[in-house]
Amino acid sequence: MKPIEMDAVQQHLDRLKDKEVYIHLETTNGAYASHVNEKAYTVGAYIRNAKVKFSQAKLVGNGQSYRAGLKMEIGWIYAEGLTDWTIHDHQLLLAGHDREGRLMVALELSETPFRQ
Amino acid sequence: MEKHVVVIYPHPDDESFGAAGTITKFRKQGVPVTYLCGTLGEMGRNMGNPTFANRETLPDIRKEELIAACKELDMDLRMLGYRDKTVEFEDRQQIAGHVKGILEEIEPSLVITHYPGYAVHPDHNAMGAAAVEAVRQMDEAKRPVVWAQAISNNYYDELGKPDINNDVTDVINEKMAAIMSHKSQANGVLAQFHDNQSTATDISEIAKRSMGKERFFIWDY
Repeated sequence: MKPIEMDAVQQHLDRLKDKEVYIHLETTNGAYASHVNEKAYTVGAYIRNAKVKFSQAKLVGNGQSYRAGLKMEIGWIYAEGLTDWTIHDHQLLLAGHDREGRLMVALELSETPFRQ
Repeated sequence: MEKHVVVIYPHPDDESFGAAGTITKFRKQGVPVTYLCGTLGEMGRNMGNPTFANRETLPDIRKEELIAACKELDMDLRMLGYRDKTVEFEDRQQIAGHVKGILEEIEPSLVITHYPGYAVHPDHNAMGAAAVEAVRQMDEAKRPVVWAQAISNNYYDELGKPDINNDVTDVINEKMAAIMSHKSQANGVLAQFHDNQSTATDISEIAKRSMGKERFFIWDY
């Protein structure tokens, strides 16, 4: 992946507007978080291959870390802390990594289902 | 001497971090070892440092790393095809049946797995529980011994002293080679043991300190 290029990513988001797309949305601090540091909480959530349609998509950020918001007919999809992007197999992959390169958040959009 | 050892863990790299020294020692005795690896670690958080994997390429990368590590450890590999972070949500009996079928075919004398409830990661606990259950369901005359590995911070207080304490410092280089086969994971996981390490020398020192012993409880059926 490479650091987010706002215009390029925005173009890909716009291209997917008003289409049925599959989404992978995830956030995690790792299954070992509270094992390594007893004061930490282990948290994580992911949804894979939810089928959604959005009428508006916007990427906002300060040049280092970005937020994405997708407006659906009756709701929103949101991800914060995105730092990197790539196109993989026609799929738009966005992710946020920490200083050690570990994934903290992922937002991925595809016109075909992500593999199981 | 063992006849055949089967290692059952859920993730590519569990075998290297958890039991590579023990596996090496068995292989040096000429004992065949087979790894039943539950998933491809699809949801791993370590993407290499600097990152070279992404969420969608990670399974393929980790599969290659797994194959390389098993080659390094000179053991057979069977991939069970479950998905990272979902093992605990699968039907326990179905996984146990799956594992039991393979164990009945291999007829091992020893099974190494995670200690259910004391293995930190939900996949570890679920895979260990399914493995223990698989052996429980086997014909008593053919049941292998089960060594269960506990990892949680509280295991010593709650379970006491492990039955098996394998000092593997004499094969730590083999263990490190297996760990380093997992290129996307190795540095990230090792860094967890120490928050201020930057050189390879440090990493191998950390490895010796924190990974020179492999401990197991003998499961009491």
